[in-house]
Amino acid sequence: MKSAVIVFPGSNCDRDVAVALERITGKKPAMVWHGGHELPKVDLIVLPGGFSYGDYLRSGAMASHSPVMREVIERAKAGTPTLGICNGFQVLTESHLLPGVLMRNAGLKFLCKDVWLRVENTQSLFTNRYAKGDIIRIPIAHGEGNYFADPDTLKRLEDNDQVAFRYVSAEGEVTDAANPNGSQHNIAGIFNDSRTVLGMMPHPERLAEPALGGTDGRKLFESLLETVA
Amino acid sequence: MSKDLPTNESITPEQVAEHGLSDEEYKKLLDLMGRAPNITELGIFSVMWSEHCSYKTSRIHLKKLPTTGPQVICGPGENAGVVNIGDNQAAIFKMESHNHPSYIEPYQGAATGVGGILRDVFTMGARPVANLNALRFGEPDNPKTRHLVSGVVAGIGGYGNCVGVPTVGGEATFDASYNGNILVNAMNVGVADTDKIFYSAAAGPGNPVVYVGSKTGRDGIHGATMASAEFDDQSEEKRPTVQVGDPFTEKLLIEACLELMRSDAIIAIQDMGAAGLTSSSVEMASKGGVGIELDLDHVPCREEGMTPYEMMLSESQERMLMVLKPGREAEAEAIFRKWDLDFAVIGKVTTTGRLVLTHKGETVADIPLPALADEGPVYDRPHEPTPPQAEVDPASLDHPEDIGATLLKLIGSPNLSSRRWIWEQYDHMVMADTVQRPGGDAAVVRVHGTKKGLAMTSDCTPRYVAADPAEGGRQAVAEAWRNLTAVGATPLAITDCMNFGNPERPRIMGQFVGAIEGMAEACRVLAFPVVSGNVSLYNETNGKGILPTPQIGGLGLLPDASRQATLDFKAEGESILVLGFNRGHMGQTRYLADILGRAEGTPPPVDLATEKRIGDFVRELISSGAVTTVHDVSDGGLLVAVTEMAMAGGMGARLAVDPGELPLAAWLFGEDQGRYVIAVKDPEAILKAAESKGIPAHLIGTTGGASLSLDGRFDIPLADITAAHERWLPDFMAAET
Repeated sequence: MKSAVIVFPGSNCDRDVAVALERITGKKPAMVWHGGHELPKVDLIVLPGGFSYGDYLRSGAMASHSPVMREVIERAKAGTPTLGICNGFQVLTESHLLPGVLMRNAGLKFLCKDVWLRVENTQSLFTNRYAKGDIIRIPIAHGEGNYFADPDTLKRLEDNDQVAFRYVSAEGEVTDAANPNGSQHNIAGIFNDSRTVLGMMPHPERLAEPALGGTDGRKLFESLLETVA
Repeated sequence: MSKDLPTNESITPEQVAEHGLSDEEYKKLLDLMGRAPNITELGIFSVMWSEHCSYKTSRIHLKKLPTTGPQVICGPGENAGVVNIGDNQAAIFKMESHNHPSYIEPYQGAATGVGGILRDVFTMGARPVANLNALRFGEPDNPKTRHLVSGVVAGIGGYGNCVGVPTVGGEATFDASYNGNILVNAMNVGVADTDKIFYSAAAGPGNPVVYVGSKTGRDGIHGATMASAEFDDQSEEKRPTVQVGDPFTEKLLIEACLELMRSDAIIAIQDMGAAGLTSSSVEMASKGGVGIELDLDHVPCREEGMTPYEMMLSESQERMLMVLKPGREAEAEAIFRKWDLDFAVIGKVTTTGRLVLTHKGETVADIPLPALADEGPVYDRPHEPTPPQAEVDPASLDHPEDIGATLLKLIGSPNLSSRRWIWEQYDHMVMADTVQRPGGDAAVVRVHGTKKGLAMTSDCTPRYVAADPAEGGRQAVAEAWRNLTAVGATPLAITDCMNFGNPERPRIMGQFVGAIEGMAEACRVLAFPVVSGNVSLYNETNGKGILPTPQIGGLGLLPDASRQATLDFKAEGESILVLGFNRGHMGQTRYLADILGRAEGTPPPVDLATEKRIGDFVRELISSGAVTTVHDVSDGGLLVAVTEMAMAGGMGARLAVDPGELPLAAWLFGEDQGRYVIAVKDPEAILKAAESKGIPAHLIGTTGGASLSLDGRFDIPLADITAAHERWLPDFMAAET
């Protein structure tokens, strides 16, 4: 598998996701600087967490107009698997590769903690190693993760099974108490309609190794290993 | 050179006073200069001679602290301290105060505190890997407290989260003495290769002096002077002297500096912190024993028409000053341009031993450098010891019958309740090496790409220091040592942040002198030297000072981070042991203050030899793999410690204790030092080993179940205890003002 991690000047989880990719797939991803227009031919594009351009405006809004994103948008539209984590998810919605927006957390505070997710759809190159309904523990760390979309979009996402992960209680129930940021339908991650693009607020790369306190994120990277040649 | 420089005005006594210089200090200035200064020069003297920059009050006392050891690569005097962590790697760390600005503008004050301490660490070539902090707020009932907590926590998170350095630990407590002067102490730890450490001494006449980072604006002018004076009712009007942080630019600056540091182009580098361009240029030249000449026309400015005075005194953030090897400017510039940062050659190193500034073709300042540094004022201020407190006899107290209710009250009190509401606002996992998260005795961060772990903690018990400064100083150092030990780390060194009131009052100065004495003794006995630090005096409003707060930031090393201990109960049916002497010490305890309403007595004494013996024993148990569940006993005493272990593990315990001659409450809530609680499957071997070393060890119960009980006294569901513990801070912050 060849993968590329896009590095914006304010990315700060670029190394973390590269380490997880390398540890689990055995191959080092290419680190691609935001200023370049040249994106190597790869089987997976990763938009990492962080604060792309400082995010003093809406998170990810500036990044969506950066030179490298023109190329990423083109490739993603042509079917190259693309994964956006946290700030990467925000960049994906701002770039219209995924519908909806990520608003300020309902509690108005940055929140860093482990949350429970339910795997809603395993029919994707990102989630095929999970079982449908798996309850997994993955950390979040964001101030703007409150997923919002208009009712038609939400209906389409639900009808097409485009919700990848939902915030749930430890017992797997979709409750308000389990929703850390006020996201509609407790949405933590969504696919595009062809399920080649995944955006998610939680950080699977942060719990992909026993020393860090858990390995529930590991299967996401293992899923990619199997699917992407 | 004694000829007067062109000035538009002559200096008035009012201007001298506004610049915080005493009449004697101004006379000394005139002597050293041999002429009257102009306003720019007066400004430069005022910041360099401020308490904040000159350490004029503390210098003679700080010398008493031990600063050396085989592990020390660089002690105090540089931007941060450096210790060896093996494999040609070094940990670089420091703690610094940002108290005065954080009271006036909590978000930006705290944010720029984090920014400043990060720069101190990466200036030396280290990649910052962890942030910690120590926060002291006024009493919860004070109308400003909620606003300050909210702003400070958001500011620390806002900066650290964006820069992408995890905030892994700290302290936050409430006490009325901080009503008018909160404390915000920020600590950072970084990792560098031992052959890639950068220092600040300028060298090589003719070499270019280079400015990088953000542009200079009119913010933060006189910040250092503000931080060197008491507050009064008008202090909040000083808001414009607080700097504004830009963590995104800091992130760029970190990456750009570390990228340039991979080459050998840099001779010296220094961040522009307090007193900005003035202190960075003066310190670099003074340390190198050279002169420096700056052409202010080349300083990148945010606003037009800035005067030399404003440029030299601005505390705009995210700026650095470097001396480069000649001919390397283009290579360096390319790196900073890549990261969209300003880069300007603004001067050169000279042989004159003077600071010379030019602006629009004219010399606007010309000062002999020694006058700004070593020849500046130094004071041995009168100091008076703190009167001794009376011992509190545990048998004389009217202890409440209901131990369970007492526990619930303590565990849910402002100072012992969970700090989760705070640390969940900090990204404590970014960089994916945090192997022990906040909430334990010390945080552990793996050294990236190795199995080594750095343990870190920040500690002080101000009420102990107030009651007996030397004992409190000893205790602060010992507690940091103990917290590192409790996770299994070998303590290496400390950084300190000395927060005190107005040193011109002999009683306050006595606290400072006493605390240093106690700290020095503990550092010596525990082989735990001071490698960096900061002093913050004048934490006082309208004549009321804070509790003396010598905050200690401790750093330790785990050769194998997978061999660490944590505080949570892990398995049912394990024996709970307490190691150390239980003497039921009641003076200055949380129990005495929060349950019996009596803030009095002597603080618990620290016997350093015993401390070391017990700590070394515990560390050995952890490194040999015999024990993985350890917690030190501190605020609140033994029962609070055990309860914290139960809550962390989500597992209850059955306790049965024999207090002997002591009242039960004293045995349970006393704050005797040098104690650890451990949980193990087979206690016999440990009891025997402890006995052979003369270390008291008592079996006090067994883990398991969903409740915590004490034989015949209480049995409380763990869920209720946890709810009480978790509730206080979020409820307090959510309440209407």
